[in-house]
Amino acid sequence: MKHVLEFERPIVHLKNKIAELKTISKDSDIDLTNEIKRLEERLNVLEDDIYSNLTSWHRVQIARHPGRPTTLDYIERLFTDFIEFHGDRYYGDDEAIVAGIASYKGSPITVVGHQRGKNTKENIRRNFGMPHPEGYRKAIRHMKQAEKFNRPIVTFIDTKGAEPGKAAEERGQSEAIAYNLKAMAGLTVPIISVVIGEGGSGGALALGVGNHVHMLENSTYSVISPEGAASILWKDASLAKEAAESMRITAYDLEELSIIDRIIVEPKGGAHRNVEEQVKHIDEALTESLALLRKLSSEEILAQRWEKYKQIGVYSE
Amino acid sequence: MFKKIFTRAKNNTTIPHKKAKEDVPEGLMKKCEQCSHIIYYKELEKCLHVCPNCHYHHPIDAWYRIDSLFDEQSFEEWDQQLKTTNPLDFPDYLEKVENDIEKTGLSEAVVTGKGTIDGIETACTVMDMRFRMGSMGSVVGEKIARAVERAREQSLPYIIFTASGGARMQEGVLSLMQMAKTSIAIERFCRDGGLMISVMTHPTTGGVSASFASLGDYNFAEPGALIGFAGRRVIEQTTREKLPDDFQTAEFLLKHGQLDKIIHRHEMKKMLATLLRLHSTEVQQIEEETEQVAVRGGQDG
Repeated sequence: MKHVLEFERPIVHLKNKIAELKTISKDSDIDLTNEIKRLEERLNVLEDDIYSNLTSWHRVQIARHPGRPTTLDYIERLFTDFIEFHGDRYYGDDEAIVAGIASYKGSPITVVGHQRGKNTKENIRRNFGMPHPEGYRKAIRHMKQAEKFNRPIVTFIDTKGAEPGKAAEERGQSEAIAYNLKAMAGLTVPIISVVIGEGGSGGALALGVGNHVHMLENSTYSVISPEGAASILWKDASLAKEAAESMRITAYDLEELSIIDRIIVEPKGGAHRNVEEQVKHIDEALTESLALLRKLSSEEILAQRWEKYKQIGVYSE
Repeated sequence: MFKKIFTRAKNNTTIPHKKAKEDVPEGLMKKCEQCSHIIYYKELEKCLHVCPNCHYHHPIDAWYRIDSLFDEQSFEEWDQQLKTTNPLDFPDYLEKVENDIEKTGLSEAVVTGKGTIDGIETACTVMDMRFRMGSMGSVVGEKIARAVERAREQSLPYIIFTASGGARMQEGVLSLMQMAKTSIAIERFCRDGGLMISVMTHPTTGGVSASFASLGDYNFAEPGALIGFAGRRVIEQTTREKLPDDFQTAEFLLKHGQLDKIIHRHEMKKMLATLLRLHSTEVQQIEEETEQVAVRGGQDG
């Protein structure tokens, strides 16, 4: 089995044992059916135990799983007629973001999302899903077009963060992100954002000013990576695990802080275990959100977005 | 016995520290942080904390900034009653905030309000670096959003002086979301025709540079201010790129088309007053009147 996460080792260990017994019973005449059955029951209990008690750090690991489905995996399965469009019309085409139009249950939508690779070669091409300014400018160009043609917008969020580099700074990374926040705020069509993996800081939020924001059960959304937080707060990046717990970055945390609208459940063990099942859950959430948001007028869309974000924050007065 | 003599000798000897030698009596004089020029503190106050020798702009606190810009007694503060809590139960967070309240006399890292600059009424927000590095948590985000909303309701221009390390770690994703909240407030304000001026001062980075600081109709900076999204060290570590000396300075940004103008602190009040005047309704009325006169003149002819 590829990419075994540390906390999943006991499960893999047990699975290997079961497989071993099965081979033995096939190769020889010893009947191990009862033994296998007993172990399979134990495996079930163990899986339930581990997956229903995931810590924030476990979820970080699942969100970063190399096999976790990406934006294009979901686009392919949720929509039909997807056509990808390229470029920001100023500088270049950033492949860390994909954008285009598609058909969702018979109606056109605009879809934009971070895109990481699943192997090194693809990750280099996609800059590990970390956009440059031209990526954000491409995204907002398509979102504005969606407004022109009155199409709802679906965004998928999956990035460690915006690219931290010389070129990105020269071309105005801050301005690109800031502009997207403001421009998304002013769009009169429904925006539904779904965090599917890592929601890393401003680079994630730049696609995330939605009327509805949903998170997959094992995705994260945070102001800084656990490693970054640990090194700033305690000057020690190896305390990432501790930082993950105290920063409140899971879907459950964000629901409690009234930031997101819905947690989209994942198959046992994470979305990568069963993409088709995951798609069904996302589909359900999208359908419901769209039905609700389509009822709103342009003014109501703007007002709803403002009301949603206005109330985020905790202070005393 | 000998040992005792030596220890005593050691205790009694003061070895002049190199730094101590260079130090200047606190309060009376100050050494320029850039060129080491020594200047009387009173003198420095007079030149708005700009070094007369090398023009280095020393960081100034929020109220000093307000006093340097607004007509005397004209500034009225808003929302100082908002207080920081500890939503994520972060260890030691509230103590740190309390310390900064005591140290700065401010309630949080930002002062918002309105006043007049050369007689023109304007809403204004000034961030203060001394308070938790000027970082943005719930209170900072809420105060800015409310100030922008008030400016919208009262049809005032809005000026913001930024000075911030970015989002406040101790409030986690709540801090991140303040970027969205403030940006939506600004969008509403701009949609209604509001004038927004952003002046980035040293330093303006991270979540603050990537939200309201970059959203002015005019984006200005003070000379030498550090402005950027990612920290220099982060960039060097992750990309192993060699960065130029002026990387992420106001001058670097201007060169790369990211700023409208760099404004010397001595010119700030004059420049803002001129801009406000050029956008004020009075000027527009005069223009309209001239237009009407011209139209009438045309008819007569």
